[in-house]
Amino acid sequence: MFFDKLKENILESQVKKSIFRVGIPNTDRKRVLIMLGNVFLHLHPTKARTSGVKLRYTWCAGGLSFFLFLVLTLTGVLLMFYYRPAVEYAYTDMVDLREQVPFGIMRELHRWSAHAMVIMVMLHMFRVFMTGSYKPPREFNWVIGVILLVLTFLLSFTGYLLPWDQLAIWAITVGSNMAKATPFLGAGGPGAEFLQLGGIPLIHPGDDARFLLIGAKELGGITLNRFYVLHCIFIPLVAVIFMAVHFWRIRKDGGISGPM
Amino acid sequence: MAEQSNPANTNPREAAIARLKAQGAWNTPMDRRRFFSTAAAGWALFAAGLGGLTAICGAFMAPRVDFGKAQTFRAGPLDKYQPNSVNEEYKSSQKAWIVRDSEKLFALSTVCTHLGCTPNYDLNEIKFKCPCHGSGFYGPRPGVEAGTNFEGPAPRPLERYKVSLTEDGQILVDKSQKFLSEKGEWSNPESFIAC
Repeated sequence: MFFDKLKENILESQVKKSIFRVGIPNTDRKRVLIMLGNVFLHLHPTKARTSGVKLRYTWCAGGLSFFLFLVLTLTGVLLMFYYRPAVEYAYTDMVDLREQVPFGIMRELHRWSAHAMVIMVMLHMFRVFMTGSYKPPREFNWVIGVILLVLTFLLSFTGYLLPWDQLAIWAITVGSNMAKATPFLGAGGPGAEFLQLGGIPLIHPGDDARFLLIGAKELGGITLNRFYVLHCIFIPLVAVIFMAVHFWRIRKDGGISGPM
Repeated sequence: MAEQSNPANTNPREAAIARLKAQGAWNTPMDRRRFFSTAAAGWALFAAGLGGLTAICGAFMAPRVDFGKAQTFRAGPLDKYQPNSVNEEYKSSQKAWIVRDSEKLFALSTVCTHLGCTPNYDLNEIKFKCPCHGSGFYGPRPGVEAGTNFEGPAPRPLERYKVSLTEDGQILVDKSQKFLSEKGEWSNPESFIAC
Protein backbone atom coordinates (compact mmCIF):
# COMPACT_ATOMS: atom_id res chain seq x y z
CA MET A 1 0.00 0.00 0.00
CA PHE A 2 2.80 2.37 0.96
CA PHE A 3 4.77 1.50 -2.19
CA ASP A 4 1.73 2.16 -4.37
CA LYS A 5 1.45 5.65 -2.91
CA LEU A 6 5.19 6.24 -3.33
CA LYS A 7 5.07 5.06 -6.95
CA GLU A 8 2.10 7.33 -7.68
CA ASN A 9 3.90 10.29 -6.07
CA ILE A 10 6.98 9.77 -8.17
CA LEU A 11 5.22 9.07 -11.43
CA GLU A 12 2.80 11.99 -11.13
CA SER A 13 5.41 14.43 -9.80
CA GLN A 14 6.30 17.65 -11.57
CA VAL A 15 9.96 16.60 -11.66
CA LYS A 16 9.11 13.50 -13.65
CA LYS A 17 6.80 15.43 -15.99
CA SER A 18 9.48 18.02 -16.57
CA ILE A 19 12.05 15.40 -17.57
CA PHE A 20 9.81 12.99 -19.47
CA ARG A 21 7.36 15.24 -21.24
CA VAL A 22 5.62 12.77 -23.50
CA GLY A 23 5.10 9.72 -21.33
CA ILE A 24 4.98 6.04 -22.29
CA PRO A 25 5.22 5.70 -26.11
CA ASN A 26 2.08 3.64 -26.63
CA THR A 27 0.72 5.53 -29.65
CA ASP A 28 2.42 6.35 -32.95
CA ARG A 29 2.01 10.06 -32.23
CA LYS A 30 3.80 9.67 -28.91
CA ARG A 31 6.56 7.61 -30.51
CA VAL A 32 7.27 10.34 -33.03
CA LEU A 33 7.04 13.08 -30.39
CA ILE A 34 9.69 11.38 -28.27
CA MET A 35 12.06 11.21 -31.25
CA LEU A 36 11.44 14.82 -32.18
CA GLY A 37 11.67 16.15 -28.65
CA ASN A 38 15.00 14.60 -27.63
CA VAL A 39 18.19 16.26 -28.85
CA PHE A 40 20.06 12.98 -29.15
CA LEU A 41 17.20 11.01 -30.70
CA HIS A 42 16.08 13.75 -33.10
CA LEU A 43 19.31 13.26 -35.03
CA HIS A 44 18.00 9.85 -36.05
CA PRO A 45 15.19 9.31 -38.55
CA THR A 46 11.79 8.62 -37.02
CA LYS A 47 11.41 5.47 -39.07
CA ALA A 48 13.87 3.08 -40.70
CA ARG A 49 13.24 0.89 -43.70
CA THR A 50 13.57 -2.87 -43.28
CA SER A 51 16.03 -2.81 -46.18
CA GLY A 52 18.23 -0.61 -44.01
CA VAL A 53 18.84 -3.37 -41.48
CA LYS A 54 19.75 -6.02 -44.04
CA LEU A 55 23.37 -6.67 -43.18
CA ARG A 56 24.30 -8.01 -46.60
CA TYR A 57 23.44 -4.71 -48.27
CA THR A 58 25.61 -2.40 -46.20
CA TRP A 59 27.77 -4.72 -44.04
CA CYS A 60 27.35 -1.90 -41.52
CA ALA A 61 30.65 -0.53 -42.83
CA GLY A 62 29.68 3.12 -42.61
CA GLY A 63 28.16 2.66 -39.18
CA LEU A 64 31.24 0.81 -37.95
CA SER A 65 33.46 3.62 -39.26
CA PHE A 66 31.46 6.12 -37.24
CA PHE A 67 31.51 3.82 -34.23
CA LEU A 68 35.31 3.59 -34.47
CA PHE A 69 35.46 7.39 -34.68
CA LEU A 70 33.51 7.57 -31.43
CA VAL A 71 35.81 4.98 -29.83
CA LEU A 72 38.82 7.00 -30.95
CA THR A 73 37.33 10.19 -29.54
CA LEU A 74 36.61 8.58 -26.17
CA THR A 75 39.99 6.82 -25.84
CA GLY A 76 41.70 9.94 -27.15
CA VAL A 77 40.14 12.15 -24.51
CA LEU A 78 41.16 9.67 -21.82
CA LEU A 79 44.73 9.61 -23.14
CA MET A 80 44.84 13.39 -23.01
CA PHE A 81 44.77 13.28 -19.23
CA TYR A 82 48.22 11.72 -19.11
CA TYR A 83 50.02 12.82 -22.29
CA ARG A 84 52.02 16.05 -22.46
CA PRO A 85 52.89 17.24 -26.01
CA ALA A 86 56.41 18.41 -25.18
CA VAL A 87 59.68 16.96 -26.45
CA GLU A 88 60.88 16.15 -22.93
CA TYR A 89 57.71 14.36 -21.88
CA ALA A 90 55.95 12.90 -24.92
CA TYR A 91 57.66 9.51 -25.19
CA THR A 92 58.00 8.86 -21.44
CA ASP A 93 54.37 9.87 -20.83
CA MET A 94 53.30 7.39 -23.47
CA VAL A 95 55.36 4.59 -21.91
CA ASP A 96 54.15 5.47 -18.40
CA LEU A 97 50.59 5.45 -19.63
CA ARG A 98 51.00 1.93 -20.90
CA GLU A 99 52.83 0.58 -17.87
CA GLN A 100 51.67 2.51 -14.80
CA VAL A 101 48.12 3.62 -15.50
CA PRO A 102 45.38 1.00 -14.83
CA PHE A 103 43.92 -0.16 -18.16
CA GLY A 104 46.85 1.50 -19.87
CA ILE A 105 45.96 -0.73 -22.79
CA MET A 106 43.83 2.31 -23.67
CA ARG A 107 46.79 3.62 -25.66
CA GLU A 108 46.92 0.44 -27.73
CA LEU A 109 43.12 0.53 -28.13
CA HIS A 110 43.44 4.02 -29.57
CA ARG A 111 46.13 2.93 -31.99
CA TRP A 112 44.34 -0.28 -33.05
CA SER A 113 41.07 1.61 -33.52
CA ALA A 114 42.92 4.09 -35.71
CA HIS A 115 44.22 1.31 -37.94
CA ALA A 116 40.79 -0.34 -37.92
CA MET A 117 39.06 2.91 -38.87
CA VAL A 118 41.31 3.42 -41.89
CA ILE A 119 40.56 -0.14 -43.03
CA MET A 120 36.84 0.24 -42.30
CA VAL A 121 36.40 3.46 -44.24
CA MET A 122 38.09 1.82 -47.22
CA LEU A 123 35.73 -1.17 -46.91
CA HIS A 124 32.82 1.26 -46.71
CA MET A 125 34.04 3.02 -49.83
CA PHE A 126 34.30 -0.35 -51.57
CA ARG A 127 30.75 -1.27 -50.50
CA VAL A 128 29.32 2.02 -51.72
CA PHE A 129 31.03 1.51 -55.04
CA MET A 130 29.83 -2.08 -55.40
CA THR A 131 26.19 -1.22 -54.64
CA GLY A 132 26.22 1.76 -56.98
CA SER A 133 25.21 4.11 -54.18
CA TYR A 134 27.27 6.90 -55.72
CA LYS A 135 25.04 7.13 -58.83
CA PRO A 136 22.83 10.18 -59.44
CA PRO A 137 21.48 11.90 -57.39
CA ARG A 138 24.06 10.75 -54.81
CA GLU A 139 27.25 11.87 -56.56
CA PHE A 140 28.08 14.75 -54.23
CA ASN A 141 27.80 12.52 -51.18
CA TRP A 142 30.60 10.41 -52.67
CA VAL A 143 32.69 13.58 -52.92
CA ILE A 144 31.98 14.33 -49.26
CA GLY A 145 33.01 10.76 -48.48
CA VAL A 146 36.35 11.21 -50.25
CA ILE A 147 36.93 14.40 -48.26
CA LEU A 148 36.24 12.37 -45.10
CA LEU A 149 38.76 9.78 -46.30
CA VAL A 150 41.41 12.47 -46.66
CA LEU A 151 40.54 13.76 -43.17
CA THR A 152 40.89 10.23 -41.78
CA PHE A 153 44.36 9.98 -43.33
CA LEU A 154 45.31 13.40 -41.95
CA LEU A 155 44.20 12.32 -38.48
CA SER A 156 46.37 9.23 -38.80
CA PHE A 157 49.31 11.33 -40.03
CA THR A 158 49.13 13.89 -37.23
CA GLY A 159 48.54 11.26 -34.57
CA TYR A 160 51.52 9.21 -35.73
CA LEU A 161 53.95 11.91 -34.58
CA LEU A 162 52.67 12.11 -31.01
CA PRO A 163 54.58 9.17 -29.46
CA TRP A 164 57.78 11.01 -30.56
CA ASP A 165 59.72 7.80 -31.23
CA GLN A 166 61.97 6.98 -34.19
CA LEU A 167 59.08 5.76 -36.35
CA ALA A 168 57.16 8.95 -35.66
CA ILE A 169 59.97 11.44 -36.29
CA TRP A 170 61.23 9.91 -39.50
CA ALA A 171 57.77 9.26 -40.92
CA ILE A 172 56.82 12.90 -40.46
CA THR A 173 60.24 14.05 -41.77
CA VAL A 174 59.64 12.11 -44.95
CA GLY A 175 56.04 13.27 -45.22
CA SER A 176 56.89 16.92 -44.72
CA ASN A 177 59.76 16.70 -47.21
CA MET A 178 57.10 15.78 -49.73
CA ALA A 179 55.34 19.05 -48.87
CA LYS A 180 58.57 20.81 -49.80
CA ALA A 181 58.17 19.54 -53.37
CA THR A 182 54.69 21.07 -53.87
CA PRO A 183 54.47 23.10 -57.08
CA PHE A 184 54.52 26.87 -56.41
CA LEU A 185 53.87 26.57 -52.68
CA GLY A 186 56.92 24.46 -51.83
CA ALA A 187 60.43 25.93 -51.60
CA GLY A 188 61.96 22.88 -53.27
CA GLY A 189 59.29 22.42 -55.91
CA PRO A 190 58.81 23.78 -59.43
CA GLY A 191 57.46 27.26 -59.90
CA ALA A 192 58.39 28.67 -56.50
CA GLU A 193 60.58 31.32 -58.15
CA PHE A 194 57.57 32.90 -59.82
CA LEU A 195 55.95 33.89 -56.55
CA GLN A 196 57.88 36.99 -55.60
CA LEU A 197 57.15 40.66 -54.94
CA GLY A 198 59.70 42.96 -56.53
CA GLY A 199 62.61 40.60 -56.05
CA ILE A 200 61.68 39.46 -52.54
CA PRO A 201 60.84 35.75 -52.66
CA LEU A 202 57.53 34.89 -51.06
CA ILE A 203 58.24 31.15 -51.03
CA HIS A 204 61.47 30.07 -49.31
CA PRO A 205 62.38 27.45 -46.70
CA GLY A 206 61.27 29.80 -43.94
CA ASP A 207 57.88 30.38 -45.54
CA ASP A 208 56.42 27.60 -47.67
CA ALA A 209 53.92 24.75 -47.38
CA ARG A 210 56.41 22.64 -45.41
CA PHE A 211 57.13 25.51 -43.01
CA LEU A 212 53.41 25.97 -42.41
CA LEU A 213 53.03 22.27 -41.64
CA ILE A 214 56.11 21.91 -39.43
CA GLY A 215 55.99 25.37 -37.84
CA ALA A 216 59.78 25.71 -38.10
CA LYS A 217 62.57 24.81 -40.49
CA GLU A 218 63.30 21.48 -38.78
CA LEU A 219 61.11 19.01 -36.88
CA GLY A 220 60.98 19.90 -33.19
CA GLY A 221 58.81 20.82 -30.23
CA ILE A 222 56.89 23.33 -32.28
CA THR A 223 55.84 20.60 -34.69
CA LEU A 224 54.76 18.32 -31.85
CA ASN A 225 52.51 20.99 -30.40
CA ARG A 226 51.12 21.93 -33.81
CA PHE A 227 50.32 18.32 -34.69
CA TYR A 228 48.77 17.78 -31.24
CA VAL A 229 46.31 20.65 -31.75
CA LEU A 230 45.59 19.55 -35.31
CA HIS A 231 45.04 15.95 -34.20
CA CYS A 232 42.87 16.63 -31.14
CA ILE A 233 40.88 19.75 -32.06
CA PHE A 234 41.07 21.09 -35.56
CA ILE A 235 40.79 18.05 -37.82
CA PRO A 236 38.16 16.33 -35.62
CA LEU A 237 36.02 19.49 -35.77
CA VAL A 238 36.29 19.62 -39.53
CA ALA A 239 35.56 15.89 -39.72
CA VAL A 240 32.44 16.25 -37.56
CA ILE A 241 31.15 19.01 -39.84
CA PHE A 242 31.67 16.88 -42.93
CA MET A 243 30.18 13.82 -41.22
CA ALA A 244 27.06 15.85 -40.42
CA VAL A 245 26.71 16.74 -44.10
CA HIS A 246 27.38 13.14 -45.13
CA PHE A 247 24.73 11.65 -42.79
CA TRP A 248 22.24 14.39 -43.56
CA ARG A 249 22.42 13.68 -47.28
CA ILE A 250 21.75 9.98 -46.65
CA ARG A 251 18.69 10.92 -44.61
CA LYS A 252 17.36 13.31 -47.20
CA ASP A 253 17.78 10.73 -49.94
CA GLY A 254 15.37 8.45 -48.08
CA GLY A 255 17.54 6.71 -45.49
CA ILE A 256 20.30 4.16 -45.63
CA SER A 257 20.18 1.39 -48.18
CA GLY A 258 16.99 2.59 -49.83
CA PRO A 259 16.05 1.66 -53.41
CA MET A 260 17.69 3.70 -56.18
CA MET B 1 5.38 57.09 -55.93
CA ALA B 2 3.07 59.98 -56.79
CA GLU B 3 0.45 60.72 -54.23
CA GLN B 4 -2.89 62.28 -55.16
CA SER B 5 -3.04 65.84 -53.88
CA ASN B 6 -6.60 65.54 -52.57
CA PRO B 7 -6.43 63.42 -49.41
CA ALA B 8 -10.05 62.32 -49.73
CA ASN B 9 -9.40 60.55 -53.08
CA THR B 10 -6.37 58.43 -52.05
CA ASN B 11 -6.57 54.71 -51.27
CA PRO B 12 -6.37 53.71 -47.56
CA ARG B 13 -2.66 52.83 -47.75
CA GLU B 14 -1.63 56.16 -49.21
CA ALA B 15 -3.88 57.95 -46.75
CA ALA B 16 -2.17 56.16 -43.87
CA ILE B 17 1.27 57.03 -45.28
CA ALA B 18 0.24 60.70 -45.61
CA ARG B 19 -1.00 60.72 -42.02
CA LEU B 20 2.18 59.17 -40.64
CA LYS B 21 4.33 61.58 -42.62
CA ALA B 22 2.37 64.51 -41.15
CA GLN B 23 3.18 63.10 -37.71
CA GLY B 24 6.84 62.69 -38.66
CA ALA B 25 6.60 58.93 -38.01
CA TRP B 26 7.28 57.56 -41.52
CA ASN B 27 10.79 56.72 -42.74
CA THR B 28 11.22 57.03 -46.49
CA PRO B 29 11.07 53.49 -47.82
CA MET B 30 13.87 52.09 -49.88
CA ASP B 31 13.00 51.29 -53.44
CA ARG B 32 13.88 47.88 -54.84
CA ARG B 33 17.08 49.04 -56.55
CA ARG B 34 18.49 50.57 -53.39
CA PHE B 35 17.56 47.47 -51.38
CA PHE B 36 19.49 45.14 -53.66
CA SER B 37 22.49 47.50 -53.88
CA THR B 38 22.60 47.81 -50.12
CA ALA B 39 22.24 44.05 -49.62
CA ALA B 40 24.96 43.33 -52.21
CA ALA B 41 27.27 45.86 -50.57
CA GLY B 42 26.59 44.29 -47.18
CA TRP B 43 27.34 40.77 -48.43
CA ALA B 44 30.49 41.99 -50.22
CA LEU B 45 31.67 43.58 -46.98
CA PHE B 46 30.95 40.37 -45.08
CA ALA B 47 32.80 38.24 -47.66
CA ALA B 48 35.77 40.63 -47.60
CA GLY B 49 35.79 40.49 -43.83
CA LEU B 50 35.68 36.70 -43.85
CA GLY B 51 38.48 36.58 -46.44
CA GLY B 52 40.54 38.97 -44.33
CA LEU B 53 39.97 36.84 -41.25
CA THR B 54 41.11 33.73 -43.14
CA ALA B 55 44.25 35.53 -44.31
CA ILE B 56 44.95 36.67 -40.75
CA CYS B 57 44.58 33.11 -39.42
CA GLY B 58 46.89 31.84 -42.17
CA ALA B 59 49.53 34.43 -41.35
CA PHE B 60 49.16 33.57 -37.67
CA MET B 61 50.21 29.99 -38.44
CA ALA B 62 53.59 31.04 -39.93
CA PRO B 63 55.84 32.41 -37.16
CA ARG B 64 58.68 34.73 -38.14
CA VAL B 65 61.03 32.97 -35.78
CA ASP B 66 63.47 30.21 -36.55
CA PHE B 67 63.31 27.92 -33.55
CA GLY B 68 66.28 25.91 -34.73
CA LYS B 69 69.87 25.97 -33.57
CA ALA B 70 72.59 28.31 -34.85
CA GLN B 71 73.32 27.73 -38.51
CA THR B 72 77.08 28.32 -38.43
CA PHE B 73 79.78 26.40 -36.61
CA ARG B 74 83.56 26.29 -36.47
CA ALA B 75 85.27 23.08 -37.51
CA GLY B 76 88.83 23.62 -36.37
CA PRO B 77 91.95 24.39 -38.44
CA LEU B 78 92.63 23.07 -41.90
CA ASP B 79 95.47 20.75 -40.89
CA LYS B 80 93.14 18.85 -38.55
CA TYR B 81 91.87 17.03 -41.66
CA GLN B 82 93.93 14.47 -43.57
CA PRO B 83 93.72 14.32 -47.38
CA ASN B 84 91.21 11.72 -48.66
CA SER B 85 89.33 11.48 -45.39
CA VAL B 86 85.81 11.92 -44.03
CA ASN B 87 85.47 13.46 -40.58
CA GLU B 88 82.32 12.39 -38.71
CA GLU B 89 82.81 14.58 -35.62
CA TYR B 90 79.96 16.91 -36.59
CA LYS B 91 77.65 14.26 -38.12
CA SER B 92 75.20 14.10 -35.19
CA SER B 93 75.56 17.54 -33.72
CA GLN B 94 75.58 19.59 -36.93
CA LYS B 95 74.37 17.14 -39.64
CA ALA B 96 77.61 17.70 -41.58
CA TRP B 97 80.60 15.66 -42.77
CA ILE B 98 83.90 17.47 -43.22
CA VAL B 99 85.36 15.80 -46.33
CA ARG B 100 88.84 16.39 -47.69
CA ASP B 101 89.99 14.88 -50.96
CA SER B 102 93.32 15.35 -52.72
CA GLU B 103 92.70 18.98 -53.79
CA LYS B 104 90.07 20.58 -51.55
CA LEU B 105 88.05 20.51 -48.33
CA PHE B 106 84.27 20.86 -48.20
CA ALA B 107 81.30 20.15 -45.94
CA LEU B 108 78.63 17.63 -47.06
CA SER B 109 75.08 17.63 -45.70
CA THR B 110 74.13 14.33 -44.00
CA VAL B 111 70.57 14.53 -45.37
CA CYS B 112 70.02 11.83 -48.00
CA THR B 113 68.61 13.39 -51.16
CA HIS B 114 66.08 10.58 -51.54
CA LEU B 115 63.75 11.07 -48.57
CA GLY B 116 65.80 12.68 -45.82
CA CYS B 117 67.35 9.86 -43.75
CA THR B 118 70.97 10.01 -42.49
CA PRO B 119 73.44 7.85 -44.47
CA ASN B 120 76.40 6.08 -42.86
CA TYR B 121 80.00 6.31 -44.09
CA ASP B 122 81.51 2.97 -45.11
CA LEU B 123 85.29 3.15 -44.69
CA ASN B 124 85.99 -0.12 -46.52
CA GLU B 125 84.08 0.71 -49.70
CA ILE B 126 84.68 4.49 -49.46
CA LYS B 127 81.04 5.41 -49.89
CA PHE B 128 78.13 6.91 -48.00
CA LYS B 129 75.30 4.36 -47.76
CA CYS B 130 71.79 5.29 -46.66
CA PRO B 131 70.15 2.63 -44.45
CA CYS B 132 66.59 3.59 -45.41
CA HIS B 133 66.43 2.64 -49.08
CA GLY B 134 70.06 1.93 -50.06
CA SER B 135 71.12 5.16 -51.75
CA GLY B 136 74.88 5.25 -52.30
CA PHE B 137 77.15 8.32 -52.65
CA TYR B 138 80.89 8.30 -53.48
CA GLY B 139 83.42 8.94 -50.74
CA PRO B 140 86.68 10.84 -51.37
CA ARG B 141 88.31 8.68 -54.09
CA PRO B 142 90.49 9.68 -57.00
CA GLY B 143 88.49 10.21 -60.17
CA VAL B 144 85.09 10.92 -58.56
CA GLU B 145 83.53 13.88 -56.74
CA ALA B 146 82.73 12.85 -53.18
CA GLY B 147 79.03 13.10 -52.48
CA THR B 148 77.88 12.15 -55.99
CA ASN B 149 75.05 9.61 -56.07
CA PHE B 150 75.83 6.42 -57.94
CA GLU B 151 73.45 3.72 -56.66
CA GLY B 152 70.01 3.40 -55.17
CA PRO B 153 67.03 5.74 -55.46
CA ALA B 154 68.77 9.05 -54.64
CA PRO B 155 68.12 11.37 -57.59
CA ARG B 156 70.96 13.82 -57.02
CA PRO B 157 74.25 14.21 -55.09
CA LEU B 158 74.48 15.22 -51.44
CA GLU B 159 74.37 18.96 -50.84
CA ARG B 160 77.39 21.04 -49.79
CA TYR B 161 77.37 23.76 -47.13
CA LYS B 162 79.22 27.04 -47.58
CA VAL B 163 82.74 26.85 -46.11
CA SER B 164 85.24 29.63 -45.52
CA LEU B 165 88.39 30.32 -43.53
CA THR B 166 88.23 32.81 -40.69
CA GLU B 167 91.04 35.27 -39.97
CA ASP B 168 92.57 32.98 -37.33
CA GLY B 169 92.64 30.01 -39.73
CA GLN B 170 89.49 28.22 -38.51
CA ILE B 171 87.07 26.58 -40.92
CA LEU B 172 83.65 28.27 -40.70
CA VAL B 173 80.71 26.19 -41.99
CA ASP B 174 77.52 28.12 -42.82
CA LYS B 175 74.58 25.70 -43.12
CA SER B 176 72.16 28.38 -44.24
CA GLN B 177 73.84 28.40 -47.68
CA LYS B 178 73.71 25.23 -49.72
CA PHE B 179 75.39 24.35 -53.01
CA LEU B 180 73.82 21.75 -55.26
CA SER B 181 75.98 19.81 -57.71
CA GLU B 182 73.20 19.23 -60.23
CA LYS B 183 72.76 22.99 -60.59
CA GLY B 184 76.48 23.39 -61.32
CA GLU B 185 77.04 25.14 -58.00
CA TRP B 186 79.93 22.92 -56.90
CA SER B 187 82.28 25.01 -59.04
CA ASN B 188 81.39 28.01 -56.84
CA PRO B 189 84.52 28.78 -54.76
CA GLU B 190 82.33 29.32 -51.67
CA SER B 191 81.50 25.62 -51.63
CA PHE B 192 85.06 24.41 -50.96
CA ILE B 193 88.43 25.42 -49.59
CA ALA B 194 91.31 24.64 -51.92
CA CYS B 195 94.24 23.02 -50.17
